[in-house]
Amino acid sequence: MIVEAGHFALALALGLSLIQFIVPLWGARANDPVLMSVGPVTALAVFVCIAFSFLALTVAYVTSDFSVANVVANSHSTKPLIYKISGVWGNHEGSMLLWVLILALFGSVVALSRNSIPMRLQANTLAVQAAVTIAFLLFMLLTSNPFTRIIPAPIEGQDLNPLLQDPGLAIHPPLLYIGYVGFSISFAFACAALIDGRIDAVWARIVRPWTLGAWAFLTLGIAMGSYWAYYELGWGGWWFWDPVENASLMPWLAGTALLHSTVVMEKRDALKVWTILLAILTFSLSLLGTFLVRSGVLTSVHSFAVDPERGTFILAILILFIGGSLALFAWRAPMLKQGGLFAPVSREGALVLNNLFLSTACATVLIGTLYPLALEVVTGEKISVGEPFFNLTFIPLVLPLLLLLPLGQTLAWKRGNFLGSAQRLYAVFGISLVTTVALFAFYYGGPVAAPLGIGLGVYLVLGSFNEIVTRSWSKGTPFAVARRKAANLPRSTWGTVLAHAGVGLTVIGIAATAWGVEGLATVKPGERLKAGDYEARLERVIPRTEANFREDVAVFTIYLQGHEVGTLESMKRLYVTRGMPTTEAGIMTVGLGQVYVSLGEPQADGSVGVRLYYKPLVLLIWIGSVIMALGGGVSLTDRRLRIGAPVRAKTSAAAPVPAE
Amino acid sequence: MVIWIILLLMTAAAVMAVLWPLSRHRAFSAQQLDPDMQFYREQIAEIERDRERGVLLDSEAEAAKAEAGRRLLRATGMTSDTFAALGEPALRRRRAASTLALSMIPIMALVIYGAYGSPHLMANPPQRQAEQPGSNLDLMTAVSQIEAHLAKHPEDGRGWEVVAPVYFRMGRLDDAVKAYETAIRYLGPGAERLSSYGETLVLANDGLVSSKAQAVFEQAVQLDASAFKARYYLAVAAEQDGQPEKAKQAYAALLASSPEGAPWANAIKQRLASLGVEQPVAGQQNAPQIGAEDIARMVSGLAERLETQGGSPEEWARLIRSYTVLGQRDKAVATAARARQVLAQDDAGLKTIDAMTRELKLTDAGP
Repeated sequence: MIVEAGHFALALALGLSLIQFIVPLWGARANDPVLMSVGPVTALAVFVCIAFSFLALTVAYVTSDFSVANVVANSHSTKPLIYKISGVWGNHEGSMLLWVLILALFGSVVALSRNSIPMRLQANTLAVQAAVTIAFLLFMLLTSNPFTRIIPAPIEGQDLNPLLQDPGLAIHPPLLYIGYVGFSISFAFACAALIDGRIDAVWARIVRPWTLGAWAFLTLGIAMGSYWAYYELGWGGWWFWDPVENASLMPWLAGTALLHSTVVMEKRDALKVWTILLAILTFSLSLLGTFLVRSGVLTSVHSFAVDPERGTFILAILILFIGGSLALFAWRAPMLKQGGLFAPVSREGALVLNNLFLSTACATVLIGTLYPLALEVVTGEKISVGEPFFNLTFIPLVLPLLLLLPLGQTLAWKRGNFLGSAQRLYAVFGISLVTTVALFAFYYGGPVAAPLGIGLGVYLVLGSFNEIVTRSWSKGTPFAVARRKAANLPRSTWGTVLAHAGVGLTVIGIAATAWGVEGLATVKPGERLKAGDYEARLERVIPRTEANFREDVAVFTIYLQGHEVGTLESMKRLYVTRGMPTTEAGIMTVGLGQVYVSLGEPQADGSVGVRLYYKPLVLLIWIGSVIMALGGGVSLTDRRLRIGAPVRAKTSAAAPVPAE
Repeated sequence: MVIWIILLLMTAAAVMAVLWPLSRHRAFSAQQLDPDMQFYREQIAEIERDRERGVLLDSEAEAAKAEAGRRLLRATGMTSDTFAALGEPALRRRRAASTLALSMIPIMALVIYGAYGSPHLMANPPQRQAEQPGSNLDLMTAVSQIEAHLAKHPEDGRGWEVVAPVYFRMGRLDDAVKAYETAIRYLGPGAERLSSYGETLVLANDGLVSSKAQAVFEQAVQLDASAFKARYYLAVAAEQDGQPEKAKQAYAALLASSPEGAPWANAIKQRLASLGVEQPVAGQQNAPQIGAEDIARMVSGLAERLETQGGSPEEWARLIRSYTVLGQRDKAVATAARARQVLAQDDAGLKTIDAMTRELKLTDAGP
């Protein structure tokens, strides 16, 4: 019963979305507050309907209702409860439902923030948002309906893809979707501003929390996905430049650029047109990611839906929204009034540079992802654009960006002083250089990239905190005063500092992978395998049977320079229903580094192929990302309404900043 | 019935949600209508507070306030639009919007749900595993017991035959294929066994009837010409091989020889419909257009056989139904009369014929 009611609620949501699209748009044109006030109520109703629908599907999963085709294809009665619930979105149809649910949730939050958003902007935004909802509801109902029934119902389901039977599934997709869908709100706001032909600092102020929130969640989502791939796929890598990963990296890069350009717009009323364009492009890249992953163009663990009909449908949505919004942009953007002016060397200038680097980096990823696909379509030739391409293009673009980052942070608004800013970073620069040289000397003969990268990371972390120091402390200031001043600094400053420090930590983690060591051998119980200073001894291999899989567990004792440091288990599993094997890597965390053991094929004579890795500081990659997202969150709590104050040259001399 | 009431209530609630804001009179706050001025006023107040906290220097605060003041002036100049919530045009707009909500929401919902939903399942909910907790677990235990038994006695064909359909329904198709193969090896081929084996092969092959499966079905039909499942899949094979005419004939023959209300009848009708054959509805006068000759030939064959060699009451009943389906009502009535003569000694048989004539409403014309 509840399944059918959920199905009907989804159809109702479509009808309501149509109203949410037409009536507020009409109200905004006619300037009729009554019609505009239909928008928020309808948005809430749409959310209630979709939430009910989602609940209905969840109930079907939890009770293993195998009359629902989607449950049959992705569930199994012996599956643990948590995977029954997370399995709801561990498939194409269900994940689309989660996507629309988050979209509707955000729509209702926009609807509820009545007093902070101008009425016309809100009405237009909700209408654009409804258009996105309509497109995806139609897509779901017509091509990927999660409520399709099969009669007679099979007695057992086909189980969830074993790679997805992991706590990661409960975390990674929701985070990622909140990120993707959050950018749809920025997109809706941008289109609404274009429809109304009005855009100003108020707009930027309203959009910024959305962008910031979406960006923080996307950061977490990508980091979580990367860690999941790291421990589940058993290859020991954390980023593969896989097209599906790139599909999430592109909106992230564009979103990072958007975040920074919104700051300029909010503070200085400048870069309006560019910010609008970025908001459109960011969401377009999210949609492109959806298309690449869902259309069957790419094959990976994410491609649930290899179905040309669905691909065509998403392509149509893609063309409609990207083409439509860009056309709207081309038509209305010239009418927007340009805002504040600034000198090239200024905070604004630095942020423009940041935007240039980020969008170019994003473009290289786009080319690296789409070119092989295009080539295959045109010539039928399959090429693989992997790490070498991105090392050659992406890294040279990101390096100068990172080098300039602490500098830009110290520049003043409107008119900056490059040398003055550089001066404040002397100490930071010195420490980083010493670190690099010391590491280089200590690990003489090792890879050069590691000390250089770690030096860069240290420079970023210290450079970020330098901002706090210079703004709260000068020679002769008592510590207590400085501390109070630092605590009084706006949350957005702390957020910026944390996020940038997070980038530094991630850079350190990435650089340290150059020191990683690897050992590969076929061992029998009792034999040892060596990787750098670490050794692993295979103790025994024991079979184990769980509810829905069988596994061979290899128990290892780990030694560091001959001393035992612990034991770990690495598994080779076979999920019975799908007959699919998976590798569960055994991981032992030592400080910030990890010992990682992954099993290969067992041999007839009882020996087993084993890969042993030691990855120093590898955890910093993800810790850094989490701190980045945390910075976004801290900045989000900043309720101040800020304005860029032009600082006159003579007043800046009196400001308590220099910290030589 | 209950389901329709629930769906109706849901629709009503959705429509009300839209009608509610359209129907009420509400004062709109100045801030909502014109938040820009509010924004800059708050901004100036904020700058003042910052100066008191010592975060901003006096000179910086002055500059910031001046800038915010300039923007406030600009914003004041821009909000000249007046809102139009009252008057005749506004009322007309409200009415139009209400009509839109009243019509569009139910229509969209019903059209989409009507096309893709399965409301009939509400009345007769399918048997659900969840209602018998543990039944699956019992089955799992049973399966593992059989598996353990078969591991010790792999030559037990019966065991393989028992476990094969269970594997099949659990979706473990490869295991089911192996189980059927082993069962056939030890128990020998039987029409039923071969048909099920072939069906498993087809499903394991994503619905494609491979030449291997086809050979299995052909063997099944050789053993038992009426092996229904095998004949059905052979028809599907013909369709997949690009022989629609052959497939049509085979389907039509299957349909004609199926009792009314057979669970597979709908599947066959769908196959026929996809091949472009319109299905006659029992009791109506529209004769089939394509494949009619074949059916007619089959029916006359059956009639001849029954007349010359006699047959079971079920076969007589089938013949009566066939005539009705072909729209030859008088022949059906005549056949019913003939059957009563032939089966005069068979009380149960007469009952079968009576039931059939009643079902087909031939009684009024009956003797």
